[in-house]
Amino acid sequence: MADGAGVPRQDEAGALRRTALHATHAELGARLVPFAGYEMPVQYSSIKEEHEAVRERAGLFDVSHMGQVQLRGKRAIAAAEELVTCPVSTLAVGQARYGLLLDESGGCIDDVMLTRVADDALFFCVNASNVEPARDWIRERAGANVKVEDRSSATSLLALQGPSARTILASITAEETPLPKRFRVARCDVAGLRVLVSGTGYTGSPGFEIYTANKDAVGLWEALAAAGEDHGLLPAGLGARDTLRLEAALPLYGHELGRDTDPFEAGLDRFVKPLDSRFIGADALTERANAKDPRRLVGFEMIGRGIARADYEIVVDGDVVGRVTSGAPSPTLGKSIGLGYVPRSMSEVGTRIDVRVRKNDVEARIVETPFL
Amino acid sequence: METSSVADYQIPDELLYTQEDEWVRREGDEVLIGVTDFAQNQLGDIVFVELPEVGGTTEAGAPFGTIESVKAVSDLFAPLTGEVVAINEALEDQPEQVNESCYTDGWLIRLRPGDPEELEGLLDATTYKQSVSDRDQ
Repeated sequence: MADGAGVPRQDEAGALRRTALHATHAELGARLVPFAGYEMPVQYSSIKEEHEAVRERAGLFDVSHMGQVQLRGKRAIAAAEELVTCPVSTLAVGQARYGLLLDESGGCIDDVMLTRVADDALFFCVNASNVEPARDWIRERAGANVKVEDRSSATSLLALQGPSARTILASITAEETPLPKRFRVARCDVAGLRVLVSGTGYTGSPGFEIYTANKDAVGLWEALAAAGEDHGLLPAGLGARDTLRLEAALPLYGHELGRDTDPFEAGLDRFVKPLDSRFIGADALTERANAKDPRRLVGFEMIGRGIARADYEIVVDGDVVGRVTSGAPSPTLGKSIGLGYVPRSMSEVGTRIDVRVRKNDVEARIVETPFL
Repeated sequence: METSSVADYQIPDELLYTQEDEWVRREGDEVLIGVTDFAQNQLGDIVFVELPEVGGTTEAGAPFGTIESVKAVSDLFAPLTGEVVAINEALEDQPEQVNESCYTDGWLIRLRPGDPEELEGLLDATTYKQSVSDRDQ
């Protein structure tokens, strides 16, 4: 599981923090585990069951532990343009886009979803494990005429994901505030609550992420759960969140991404604007892109008997050539899959590799991603 | 799903147990070994089981295989020293049997114990129930 890379956030007493939905999770019988300084549900019934619910019907996640860093002011857009790899000035109001925050050496500080909420305001949704480093980085480099605000503690975030997500959410959304399309956001009236609905997600299935004030989180959850009952909606935890995003080959910071990886290695070229644009890390990326045989992230499936896990070695002709970054049995595919880094020269789809599973080298094959 | 309590876990009276949440059933001069209901519940969906070769040996307290859930790999610890006379091959294609019937179809290995005295060191059902109760949250 995502093990919350980075310093865990805890309160002064060192105790784990809780989202506004903690009591709800406990009542549902969730297994709660520490993650990024929070006590979070890893599963309610079973990871497989929750995963299948998302693929076939819908699942409801509490992802309130994630962070939101807001930029406001005349220079907010220009400042963000220099901080991330994706284009910002072309983002329409109400539009969301994926990008990476890089340091000067081109390494990844975090992968983020950027949302423009006004002409002069946008926010970054950042990984739970990275809120402090990302916020501090942004604050230090945003410059004058930009107000940087960490809204993480004030914001709850629910994700409703699956083919039935739109139907379920629409059934409790006021007609006057229609739901947004993919990668768009809208302020909606959902079950009488004013929320920000985002046509985004991290599962590979269609769905929404819904930002709300902490005081409305329980009301929102209960309204969604009730509306989803006839559709077979299940509460889903971080365990299923990980297997779902793995099937969709979505990177996870701390596994596929880190300070020592650049977006090109991770196969995220399409989220990087031209390198002659001015953004932090652009120069370094130009150099890194010229490397002789850089690493490349690949997806693979196990052929032999064994499950690949993070940090297992990847072997070709007896030599260790790379490392697994994430791996698990895929509930939808019925086989074990994984992501890992190999030299670009060995990264072609169809290449036979071995994964060192404890004492055995187990056969695997590089495949197209996403896996579904 | 209600909050777990010892009463929620099956702990058959006629079996012997270990602190590592394995059960042992005596069948003549052989024993059958598996993981308990509490163990399978803690592990979650079992997706892979790695067992020793038939004819191999086990050493009490040492790992003899692994059991994997969706999220994690766990060692299986041998309750007794002995010779492996059979393994549950059905688990190769149906590892979920461990979740569904851990005391019957989900058995792991059949062992011929090398030292009958070691059986004295195993826990009875009452002691094991207490152990589960102490650890369960």
